[in-house]
Amino acid sequence: MTNLQSLDFYWPELILTGVIVLAIILDLLLDKKDSGKVGWVLILGLITVALAIYIQDGSKTTTLFMDSIVLDPFASFFKMLVILATIFVSVVSWHSGELTEYRKGEYFTLLGIVVLGLFLMVSAVDLVMVYLSIEVVSIMSFILAGYLKQNTRSNEAGLKYVVYGAFSSGIMLFGISILYGLAGSTNYFEVQQAVVDLDETANAALVMALVMILAGFGYKVSAVPFHFWTPDVYEGAPITITAYLSVAPKAGALAMMIRFFNQVLADGGAMTGIEGVSMTNMPWPEILALLAVITMSLGNLVAIQQNNLKRMLAYSSIAHAGYMLLALPVMSTQGVYAVMIYLVMYLFMNLGAFFVVIAVKNKTGGETFDDYRGLGWEMPLVGVVMTIFMVSLTGLPPTAGFIGKFYIFAALVKGGPQFYYLVILAGINSVVSLYYYLRVVKVMFLEGERSETILQPPAVMMGMLLLTAIPTVLFGIYWSPIANWIQHSLTFFIQTI
Amino acid sequence: MGILSLLIWLPILGMVTIAFIPRKYEKYIKITAAVATGIQLLLSLVLWQRFDAGIGTMQFMERLEWIPSFNIAYILGIDGLSLPMVILTALLCFICVFVSWNISKAVKGYFALFLLLDTGIIGVFLSLDFFLFYVFWEVMLLPMYFLIGIWGGPQREYAAIKFFLYTLFGSVLMLVGILGLYFSCGKTFDIPELMRIAPEALQGVVWWGMSGIKVIWVLLFIGFAIKVPVFPFHTWLPLAHVEAPTAISVILAGILLKLGVYGILRINYGLMPDGVYWFSGALAFLGLINVIWGGLCALAQTDLKKLVAYSSVNHMGYALIGMAAVIAAGAANGTNFKAAQAGIGGAVFQMFNHGTISAMLFILVGVIYERAHHRDIDGFGGLASQMPVYAGITAVAFFAGLGLPGLSGFISEAMCFIGAFPVYRGIVIASTIGILLNAAYFLWAFQRIFFGELNEKYNKLPEINRLELFTVVPLLVITIFFGIYPAPYLDIIARTMDMIINSVVSLSTFAGM
Repeated sequence: MTNLQSLDFYWPELILTGVIVLAIILDLLLDKKDSGKVGWVLILGLITVALAIYIQDGSKTTTLFMDSIVLDPFASFFKMLVILATIFVSVVSWHSGELTEYRKGEYFTLLGIVVLGLFLMVSAVDLVMVYLSIEVVSIMSFILAGYLKQNTRSNEAGLKYVVYGAFSSGIMLFGISILYGLAGSTNYFEVQQAVVDLDETANAALVMALVMILAGFGYKVSAVPFHFWTPDVYEGAPITITAYLSVAPKAGALAMMIRFFNQVLADGGAMTGIEGVSMTNMPWPEILALLAVITMSLGNLVAIQQNNLKRMLAYSSIAHAGYMLLALPVMSTQGVYAVMIYLVMYLFMNLGAFFVVIAVKNKTGGETFDDYRGLGWEMPLVGVVMTIFMVSLTGLPPTAGFIGKFYIFAALVKGGPQFYYLVILAGINSVVSLYYYLRVVKVMFLEGERSETILQPPAVMMGMLLLTAIPTVLFGIYWSPIANWIQHSLTFFIQTI
Repeated sequence: MGILSLLIWLPILGMVTIAFIPRKYEKYIKITAAVATGIQLLLSLVLWQRFDAGIGTMQFMERLEWIPSFNIAYILGIDGLSLPMVILTALLCFICVFVSWNISKAVKGYFALFLLLDTGIIGVFLSLDFFLFYVFWEVMLLPMYFLIGIWGGPQREYAAIKFFLYTLFGSVLMLVGILGLYFSCGKTFDIPELMRIAPEALQGVVWWGMSGIKVIWVLLFIGFAIKVPVFPFHTWLPLAHVEAPTAISVILAGILLKLGVYGILRINYGLMPDGVYWFSGALAFLGLINVIWGGLCALAQTDLKKLVAYSSVNHMGYALIGMAAVIAAGAANGTNFKAAQAGIGGAVFQMFNHGTISAMLFILVGVIYERAHHRDIDGFGGLASQMPVYAGITAVAFFAGLGLPGLSGFISEAMCFIGAFPVYRGIVIASTIGILLNAAYFLWAFQRIFFGELNEKYNKLPEINRLELFTVVPLLVITIFFGIYPAPYLDIIARTMDMIINSVVSLSTFAGM
């Protein structure tokens, strides 16, 4: 479709662009103490965009802008997820103690731009667009990570993020250029055709290209060994941004990976409801499986030793990226389905856990385990809510986290005997993760004494905690609506061979 | 809503009620818990009344769609295997509310978690959908973690996390087994349906170059064996039982251990009867190790509660040996149907008896601990003259524990041995050493605590009080009654046991697998 025609199908993004511009202008007119109001523009704008996507959803599945991005229910699903995460984080940002002394106008504007970048990421079907969208998201994230100007940790986080980001996107670009050299095109569909026609002499180059592109994806989902930025950035960045980075860009990157591996290196079968078949004779499913296993194991093992909750959650988010990556090598619809279910569940539980960290930091000013000692007796509601999140992150029923893991495990068992060992490894990993998640619960409830006064966080904060905690339990018991929504969203724009 | 759903959700209702009672009204919180478990006990007795012992299959079935896209349903049912367990659970939970009547720390949280635990346990016994079964199985873990971790003894934190990690490890393997069954047997979690399909559907399934039945059997078995606990997965048990508060030790020993045996009988025996042939030898051997090892460890203890905890390991060994005897009915083993009936009936009876006897023992240990603030066996002496009633009740409980004829433990242990004797002669003979050990550690402990010189420190120790008597006496009566007249129990389970035996026997053609 030509550029001009494409605009007809691009209006949710156009609205979003308008919202961003409006936010910038409004920020210029507001005092520093009122600058938080820009958040209203962003939140209302995002709700409008969500409505627009909802109206548009299913109307047409097509490629836009000369085959550089696609419009399909799969992309819409991830856009909705991103909007949900952004709204949650924006509301909490108003009440995060860390941000009170800063202008918030730019903050919300930058968040809006990240959303636009993520929209492009989840719908890109062109290697150049993939690269551009990653850059849009990354550069905004660099600034947001270093948003606390007077805090050296935050500055360090921003700088580290830039260095790692520049490095890995450079490598990715190199990989893309090799792939372009092999295929003569940057468009997924044409690359797929070209990959089929390649003979074995090209294998070495293809593996090189693949590994380098994987570095870019791996950096965004923070998969080992491209994860080194994660703990430092997560620890230094404002907690709201840490929460955001652990969910939204990860979802975007996973969507991008699913598209890339199923459309470029496989026949797209997983996207039409049948098993996918690898188009090359190189072992990329095995590479992905190895990556996933290392990612979850390292994330879990290192998380055990952490003393700072933010840092622990950073490693835990690495581990969760590993669980989600597990489902990719299966190349089946169930695998993609499982990742999508997992992401919905992960969004609520992980954001919720970070929100508790914010609430506690507002009260005690710290993020280490010592700051949580006896918290369950002082602030019982926060303690209970945090317990729900920890249990859910471990993956115990009846919580959302279990459902996510259950679907991943099911996809692997369905995938056949070659994946059984992955299930066992993932299972053992959950047991390992129980130890450090429950350490939080232990510190909150098993230590400390019953206190006479019971504290509550402010109403809005409590509301956000409940808004994440209730779905975490509810979707663990009844998740049919989610399952149906994802079933509907499993429609891809594809070209099969 | 059927009676089974009511049984499961009643404690949750109690928990919600408790959540709304302000924490200063401790008395009303306790009363609410007592009422919820009391009604549950009454309901379970009503269920027993209406239960038709002439049917071996599931009764009072309930079915609701839950997650159709994954073929998960809410299915409940009860048969001769689960009915006694449900009654035992309801009884012990009711009693345990009174055992924990004097809890002073965070009463509200304690009883709320206790009722949640109750729901989890009843749910496991009643659910007939494998997914639901797993959910309830896991729901028990968190309340148990808190109950041990907050209200337990000095090493409570370590004990709680160790218990949790062990059980979760087992249940993760179980989950893999469940998914394996789901995908090899026509994508269903419906247990009665699986019992029909699985034996055939699993033929020819290969996992890692081995027979799928063997792999799934072992995965599920490890999950259940950790709960039983079967040697070498038993190391969490002494710690958790000792550190837990009295009421929770009672629940742990009285019911939670039974879940393991129940799971093996319901799932492993029910779904993969041909695996029984392959595994029964190992099962009997593990039972023997449990008997000897548990006995030896109990003999070495100086802490009375630890002694009782190891006696559980010892007692569950008899049940394992009895379960293994089911193959006696097979053609290769002389089609000795009677022996199989005795063995498996004995195992199921042993579950119930151990539930009542060990509950009694733990309550009695709690009584003395509350007075003397220690449990060191050598630290007492001559208490028989100081606390004659307590000494008398403890004597009966100890005798029941060592399997004295006339008390219920004797009957079930004898049945296990009678059943296993034709097939596992050597193991049965060897495990009689366990009985000897059994008698030795109980009698020796009794002698050290109650006979000899009265320890001067304890010449003002008050006698067992009425509340404590109220918790022990019902169990004592049951123990004596079933010791003299076990027929009512054996009648309830008979049809269901025959079905299990038949399904194993009918598959004896696969025995050479």
